[in-house]
Amino acid sequence: MNKVCSLEEALSRVNPGDTVMVGGFGVPGTPFTLLDGLLKGGVNELTVVKNEANEDHMGISKLVEAGLVRKMITTHLGLNKTVIGMMNRGEVEVEFYPQGILAEKIRAGGAGLFGLLTDIGMDTELLSSTKQTMWFEGRELIVESALKGDVALLHAAKADRFGNLVYAKSAMNFNPVMATAATTVIAEVEEVVEIGDLDPEHVHTPGAFVDHVVLLEELSEEYGILEHHII
Amino acid sequence: MSTTSYKDKIAARAAQEISEGKVVNFGIGIPTLIAKFLPPEVQFFVHAENGVLGMGGRCRRGEEDRNLIDAGGAYVELVPGASFADSSVSFAMIRGGRLDVAFLGALEVSGKGDLANWIIPGKYAPGIGGAMEVAQKARRLVVVTNHNDRADNPKIVEECTLPLTGKSCVDLIITEIAVMQPTRRGLLLLEIAEGVELEEVRQRTGTELLLPPEGPGRF
Repeated sequence: MNKVCSLEEALSRVNPGDTVMVGGFGVPGTPFTLLDGLLKGGVNELTVVKNEANEDHMGISKLVEAGLVRKMITTHLGLNKTVIGMMNRGEVEVEFYPQGILAEKIRAGGAGLFGLLTDIGMDTELLSSTKQTMWFEGRELIVESALKGDVALLHAAKADRFGNLVYAKSAMNFNPVMATAATTVIAEVEEVVEIGDLDPEHVHTPGAFVDHVVLLEELSEEYGILEHHII
Repeated sequence: MSTTSYKDKIAARAAQEISEGKVVNFGIGIPTLIAKFLPPEVQFFVHAENGVLGMGGRCRRGEEDRNLIDAGGAYVELVPGASFADSSVSFAMIRGGRLDVAFLGALEVSGKGDLANWIIPGKYAPGIGGAMEVAQKARRLVVVTNHNDRADNPKIVEECTLPLTGKSCVDLIITEIAVMQPTRRGLLLLEIAEGVELEEVRQRTGTELLLPPEGPGRF
């Protein structure tokens, strides 16, 4: 059993027009090396699902700037003026969700459910006027469909050869839910250990969810400390 | 008041809304200043949307951990008792009612407790992030904001004109000159800052102020 493969082999599973889920909240947990690989491969017309678009000229932003992304499904672009500008000029389509609702849409997709009901945004016109609603147990709620990906790209601190994953600190974020919700799940990892070397109690994502593990030879430069986030 | 001192005035008063054992969430801006006004013996847990519960202060230079940031991207420390969760669980804490108190900034807030703080149509629309869930589901929502905007218009208004983050969700409003509580009857003026007269608060507020029977206190 060995899911460890080369970057090229793993990314050959990504096709034009795919919906790609990408882990990460800001820098931590973002698979920058896989994203650079996608950029190099030039796979286009992608729908990208990610919490945000990273900051200007980093990670997802590079794919959007290169015109490879048709649509972003996201929660907040406040730290990326470049992508906000492209959105305002109609160069990339953007669909926003409340952050936890995006997580739940993905979780529903991964759990084999078809949707969810929520009151988040129900009493604000902006959301309730643009959404399908239904009456349920005596109240009107917003209906959200489940979200699935063709591919999920994740970043983990550690994997074994079966694909059991361990995330570090706040680098966990969207990675575990996305691991459950895509047809093909690819994780870039900082360390690979043999089967049996991970304590079962410490595994965050069971190996059943993971198809390919790419061992990073070196961390991408985005994982360096960002000077503007030091106070 | 200088910018720094009015923000500190608001943050210091807001810190009194946190007590031992509470789970709290700080939005961006003035809310990030609140923690430094709490005495070190008060043990509370700061929740960040990216899955950290038990965030400490900002890191000292040279001690940054590339895997440990707050929801705004700043490198942070942890307090004893901290934990990590994924985004789904992090928001289950919010929507499930486990945030005891949250502090958010405002573009507009109404006397009935409606909050607008995330979008200016045509000007600023970066996406909702976690604000709508925090506003709607925190057990107690405290808005911390300057009393007036840069053009001296009231931020505390009869009706919000901007799209809402949440309706009737605000429990307390703290500004540099007043502490106010939205109620069904209207906006109750609980406290006035030292050195400020009632008339000034009235003039700078865009909705009628109700007074408690014993009169407003001072802070």
